[in-house]
Amino acid sequence: MAHDTHDIHRSRAEYEFIKKKRATEMRGQLTSFAMMIFLTLIAFTLVAADFSNYLIVPIILLLAAIQVVLQLYHFMHMSNKGHGTMAFFMFSGMFVAFTIVLAMVAIVWW
Amino acid sequence: MDLNKRYTPQTWPDHPETATLEGKNKFVGFWLLLAAETVTFASLFATYLALKDKGPSGMEFSAAGLFELPLVFAMTMLLLTSSLTSVYAMYHMKNHNFKAMQAWLGITVLLGLAFLGLEIYEFNHYVHIGFGYTNSAFSSAFFTLVGTHGAHVVFGLSWFIALMLRNAKRGLNMYNAPKFYLAALYWHFIDVVWVFIFTVVYLMGVIG
Repeated sequence: MAHDTHDIHRSRAEYEFIKKKRATEMRGQLTSFAMMIFLTLIAFTLVAADFSNYLIVPIILLLAAIQVVLQLYHFMHMSNKGHGTMAFFMFSGMFVAFTIVLAMVAIVWW
Repeated sequence: MDLNKRYTPQTWPDHPETATLEGKNKFVGFWLLLAAETVTFASLFATYLALKDKGPSGMEFSAAGLFELPLVFAMTMLLLTSSLTSVYAMYHMKNHNFKAMQAWLGITVLLGLAFLGLEIYEFNHYVHIGFGYTNSAFSSAFFTLVGTHGAHVVFGLSWFIALMLRNAKRGLNMYNAPKFYLAALYWHFIDVVWVFIFTVVYLMGVIG
């Protein structure tokens, strides 16, 4: 049936190994989180420090893009295997999203 | 279909969210939804960018004069931290530690509620000073974009709370593990959208 799975019988060594692997992954997640906080701080500091708009806008957009990649690939596990179709969905969505924003910003002028 | 089959950390699958056919289907369907949501938010962002600081009336309010960075910074930190706490919840889900997962989800919900409280305070403040939904094209576009995100936060929080209460006595099994995993994915997506809101609406708004 839809909820059935094959029974798993792990040896003690296998169990310890997978537990350790998950703990290592979790430390990686913490590193991503620290980077996201850092990127956010840079973005807010740049704006508060009142640099030129031509400098700030591309940089904070780039920082946002990096932060979103970290969220998608680490927090949402898109870097794990078996996510090829998911990546295809998301990149198609992003392509349409980018086109919509470009079209509206370029065409609407009032 | 044996929903009540008991698992231990030793017999729990590596990827419980996709270990069953039902889980796999939900997983694919949910990512398709997230891709569609990306397009939904893009249309709202595009509308906002096109109508930013545009009238025809109500021009006394502009993005540069309206937004307060300290409040937005606090909201950003709350939502970003709640994204991490839901990662912790899923870490414990994969280790089949139900109590720890519920505890981290509880923290996630509290952080989400704090974010929502600040957003309600912010909107209330704007309406109070005269910047209501019908004030200008700018105000309508702003409230629609940020409000739709806020509605997602409300839905995400309700989803977490419903899952936590419904499964409180069940513990983790193959039936509810995919549900918890998808709710966490949804919560991360809400943070992804917020990253663009704080960058495009607030930061780019403050610099004019």
